[in-house]
Amino acid sequence: MSTASAAPGAMEFRGAAPWRRALRLHGWTIAIWLVLLAMVPYWRSLSEQDFKFDLQAVAIDALPLCFAAMAQAVVVISGGIDLSIGSLMAVINVLSAREMVDMSFREALAFSLLLIVLAMLASAFTGLIITLTRIPDIVVTLGMLFVWQGVALWILEIPGGGVPVDFSDLAIGNVGSTVIPNAAVAVFAAFLLVWVPLRWLRPGLAIYAVGSNRNSAYLTGIGVARTRVGAYLLAGVFTGLGGLALSASSGIGDPNSGTTYTLNSVAAVVLGGVSLLGGVGGLIGVIAAAYVLTLSKIILLLRGTDPNYANVYQGALIILVVVIGGLLTRKTRS
Amino acid sequence: MTALPEALDRESRLEAARRFLVDNPVVVLVGVLVLLFVLTDVVNRHEAGEPFVTWNQLSTTFLVAAPLGMIAAGQTLVMLTGGVDLSVALTATAAAFAASWQGANGTVQGILAGLAVGAGIGLANGIGIGIFRVNPLIMTLGTSSVTFGLLSIYAGRSFEKVVPGLLSTLGSDRFFDYLPANLIFWAVVAALLILGLRYTGYGRMLYAVGDNEAAARLAGVRIWQVLVFVYVLCGLFSAFGGLLLVGFTNNPDLGLATPYLLQSVAAVVIGGTSIFGGWGSYSGTIVGVLILTVLGSLLTLLNAEEWQRQVIYGSIIIVLTAIYARVSGSE
Repeated sequence: MSTASAAPGAMEFRGAAPWRRALRLHGWTIAIWLVLLAMVPYWRSLSEQDFKFDLQAVAIDALPLCFAAMAQAVVVISGGIDLSIGSLMAVINVLSAREMVDMSFREALAFSLLLIVLAMLASAFTGLIITLTRIPDIVVTLGMLFVWQGVALWILEIPGGGVPVDFSDLAIGNVGSTVIPNAAVAVFAAFLLVWVPLRWLRPGLAIYAVGSNRNSAYLTGIGVARTRVGAYLLAGVFTGLGGLALSASSGIGDPNSGTTYTLNSVAAVVLGGVSLLGGVGGLIGVIAAAYVLTLSKIILLLRGTDPNYANVYQGALIILVVVIGGLLTRKTRS
Repeated sequence: MTALPEALDRESRLEAARRFLVDNPVVVLVGVLVLLFVLTDVVNRHEAGEPFVTWNQLSTTFLVAAPLGMIAAGQTLVMLTGGVDLSVALTATAAAFAASWQGANGTVQGILAGLAVGAGIGLANGIGIGIFRVNPLIMTLGTSSVTFGLLSIYAGRSFEKVVPGLLSTLGSDRFFDYLPANLIFWAVVAALLILGLRYTGYGRMLYAVGDNEAAARLAGVRIWQVLVFVYVLCGLFSAFGGLLLVGFTNNPDLGLATPYLLQSVAAVVIGGTSIFGGWGSYSGTIVGVLILTVLGSLLTLLNAEEWQRQVIYGSIIIVLTAIYARVSGSE
């Protein structure tokens, strides 16, 4: 909201109070975090469970979506869109669950690293196809959606497999005996360790530059194709983490586990203030959006809504958010 | 000295041939289709010891292809405007459910209920995309998740499922042993579509909007009306597809049209319609649909598993779009 009211006179604010500039740049991110905070009291008033338990449940539920949304955000900021994130997550999910069944915790961790590298390569492969053939992201990733879905079915036809208990604990446990869930720590650790350092260095800036205007980026000497493939490579890190999160939180591998993440990751990205036109927004808002989406689902369930209706409301909510977001950006542009 | 003009001549003839093929991808596609038929025939002779290319099999191929032909028709129109509709499969399923739910009250009511559901979902898509300018991908994914939620609620409740008799006839009967009823329906729709796209003002507007929206707007086209109507049409065609499908299976279930989402996109892409919009035809899509159907039979013959089909269809979309982009981009 604040973005819309502040942005039309963007030029006037040059030299105005710095907080107004901050509000203009980060208004949406601040707003979505406020929405998340505002939902908390209502959620608490509905739930009869212990706060620690509840917080943990929300963090676990939101974990795969957070990673999927972060992956989507990186690609969208670079000016693309990746419809194959969900099914690549499913591939990592089934592969980890199939192989980790008899592994020790240490082996599982090492294998996880390998899988993350694999996800990076797979995602970069998609990026390479896009840049080499110059077909739009949507077509290639729609094709890859089905390719990965097929690969996941090939690896594990029916749900099964398993992960070491300690590995599972990484997602469903708590930090020591505090109320802080491991799942939330994992999300913010990935954000701080992977995204933040890159964001302010050459690769991150290049991703934003390419996303906001490919030609200008090219003229400033940025390797556009390299940057776009790089964005997919980086998204692969989060996709891999998302697949592992599915295994750790559910304890099994399921070839169809990724299906909902295509739409929901795009929804979280839009809700989190990242423009689908590219170049605008950041991951911190997207993380909040992923929690807002998860919490809204949980609130609906707590109110006793039929889970199928929860699906309906969530779909409607996503459309509504995108419509309002679209109207606001159109207003600021005119 | 004489070698040079000859070489030039040959080059220009090659160039002319290439141009002809680029402008008429249907010619190449029919060739591919014939090759696929021959290949399937050879495999079938080898595996089952009998030919695949028989009147009976040809008729079955068309019978199976018709529902996809309907759904891909809507997808073609939408893709001509530069959009994509990912809700076609669930729209078809919802229409099939609506028809068999109202089927107990009479054939006409059943069919009308199915079409109304299709038009309704299409209208929702159209309003979001045409008026509120939501990205087509997100809008149609959103409506399909809403549709899926509603379907799983209402399909779970027990009601008497009556597939109207007319739909069963249309969906699975054959006249004179070999002429599928749905092929006649498909042929009529196809003729109307091909002529309509070529000769009506609305048909030309679809190309104009897909080719250059700004230019179309400056030429006086009301973009939002074109878009709303095209998604309603797509919803209606998907509903027709769903009705033919339920007439074929006689049993609506939640996964009725699921495979048709990818296949409809694949058929349109194979048929040479540009995903950027503004370029393509329904005749190409028809051949695309037949190619996919024969490919499906071939994969069944080879005992291909579900995962192999998914990988193959997904790859086909990418590879063919790449080839089209390369060939038409170098003009």
